[in-house]
Amino acid sequence: YIVTIRVKPDHSGVVTDGVKHSMNPFCEIAVEEAVKLKEKKFIKEVVAVSCGPTQVTETIRTALAMGCDRGIHVEVSGKDYEAMGPLQIAKIFAALAKKEEASLVILGKQAIDDDCNQTGQMTAALLDWPQGTFASEVTIDGEKVKVVREIDGGLETIKISMPAVLTADLRLNTPRYATLPNIMKAKKKKIANMKPADLGVDMVSRVEVLRVDEPPTRLAGVKVETVDDLVAKLKANGTI
Amino acid sequence: TLVTALVRVSLGLCVSGCRSLSSLAELPEMHQMMRQTCRDYADRELGPIAGKLDKEHLFPAQQVRELGAMGVMAVEVPEALGGAGMDYLAYSLAVEEISRGCGSTGCVVSVNNSLYIGPILKFGTQKQKEQWITPFTTGEKVGCFALSEPGNGSDAGAASTLARQEGEEWVLNGTKAWITNSWDASATVIFATTDKSLKHKGISAFLVPMPHPGLSLGKKEDKLGIRATSTANLILEDCRIPLGNMLGSRGSGFKIAMQTLDSGRIGIASQALGIAQAALDCAADYAHKRTAFGAPIGKLQAVQFKLADMAVAVESARLLTWKAAMLKDAKKPFTKEAAMAKLAASEAATFCGHQSIQVLGGMGYVTDMPAERHYRDARITEIYEGTSEIQRLVIAGQLLKEYAS
Repeated sequence: YIVTIRVKPDHSGVVTDGVKHSMNPFCEIAVEEAVKLKEKKFIKEVVAVSCGPTQVTETIRTALAMGCDRGIHVEVSGKDYEAMGPLQIAKIFAALAKKEEASLVILGKQAIDDDCNQTGQMTAALLDWPQGTFASEVTIDGEKVKVVREIDGGLETIKISMPAVLTADLRLNTPRYATLPNIMKAKKKKIANMKPADLGVDMVSRVEVLRVDEPPTRLAGVKVETVDDLVAKLKANGTI
Repeated sequence: TLVTALVRVSLGLCVSGCRSLSSLAELPEMHQMMRQTCRDYADRELGPIAGKLDKEHLFPAQQVRELGAMGVMAVEVPEALGGAGMDYLAYSLAVEEISRGCGSTGCVVSVNNSLYIGPILKFGTQKQKEQWITPFTTGEKVGCFALSEPGNGSDAGAASTLARQEGEEWVLNGTKAWITNSWDASATVIFATTDKSLKHKGISAFLVPMPHPGLSLGKKEDKLGIRATSTANLILEDCRIPLGNMLGSRGSGFKIAMQTLDSGRIGIASQALGIAQAALDCAADYAHKRTAFGAPIGKLQAVQFKLADMAVAVESARLLTWKAAMLKDAKKPFTKEAAMAKLAASEAATFCGHQSIQVLGGMGYVTDMPAERHYRDARITEIYEGTSEIQRLVIAGQLLKEYAS
């Protein structure tokens, strides 16, 4: 959604109350990939998981409407939710992956609110599983997964064994719109409820946010006629 | 497999602080979800191309297929026949959101659902439903509804198109006018007189595939609005169809038409709501951004009053539309409410279209902004599927019946 993000008056974060939220776009791509793999019969069951307050169930239901089989809502609210970061989420996911005996954990490469790009990698490390991050193509080949990754230098192809963690990049697929019949079916699918404590996860953050500020307002530029003028001006304002 | 997700807070659908949930103030979760999916589709896929579709008179074939895949082209049709199996309230929400993105596409959705599939679903045999509905649920094919003629629009009882029986066939002759979707349709529900002496009780309904020998199309009308839809005459010259293509019983055509239009009114009301909302969105957004007299024009009372009046017009028409849809879903009489909804919504659409241009000033008059398209698209909603004047007659008729005794 297009919303104007405002910094809280106490500079402790951004205002999220009353701001319209939706599923993280990279997570939509991850859900789509999981559903596609199930449609191609490579995987049996897709479980959609989300950590957060009650409102999160709406997003889980959207995932169910896209084709996931069931959902898990890990309830985190209040101060715990404000302090929740990639490490805490990764711990929850690692615990759930073991509990559910998952063969694949597919996440969006990063969340567009904090742009951390850490949860997938941390989850893999905690599980000691191989990881295929920034995936733009995923192919299952027996017990292995071939992942084409988008890296700065171009495309890198790796083959990793399952169980594994994958993170979805932009060009992996185009997420489907939830169809009306699937929205009806989603109503009957189950969403289990649990707390981090049930998974033995401590939510204490190792990171303390000191201050959040808006980027400095961009100042107007100045036009100059010659290179000499440019050098003089740069010297005058202390840049050189 | 596990995924991360952001918190989703639903804004605008729940009246803040409202503890008692009358079903008109907050929609059920499923309806909210389907409304959101249609809104997402309209924002991402229709909004960006609506101007082009309008300018170039392009039928949105690909979008109609995508909407078909989502179940939007056959919302009320049971799943067994290939539809989405949802209720009329869901259908109304879908049409509104699609129309908000593109008024023409909303019209195509409404005509296919209410006017073509609607009567077949209600009056057709199982075989007819499988043959004439199922292929039209996917978006690959759309249907149309041929009632009006050059000689009669509001005067639907005076159908001069004739159908005579010849052996195992019906032979149709005549001309139908103003048929939406005509050039893009693969079938039509068409009304013709089988017994002239019985007047309007002598009209029957028929199913005709398109193209078909004996059925030709007139030239595409060059319209003020909803230009991505095709509107043309249907010309029948000894058009022969099997006896099994009669829809409903002989002589019940007028009844079928009237009942179909009753429901169709809710569809058109929804389309009008979408256009009205789009016009309001455009004006409100502009009021934030455009500065004059040293401040955004949204600070001026003259503009504020317009936006307030537009919002009231849309919201009240919306509640009327939802009520009509809910009455229909509850299998209660809804003729009066459907007519009220269509009247209110279409007049809200023309009002909002007009005022939106006014708020935008000169910018509202040029094609750079969508305000002028909303103005043009809105106008037809007061005319087709029963003019505003006919709606008033229907409402008054129902009212007087209630008071008589």
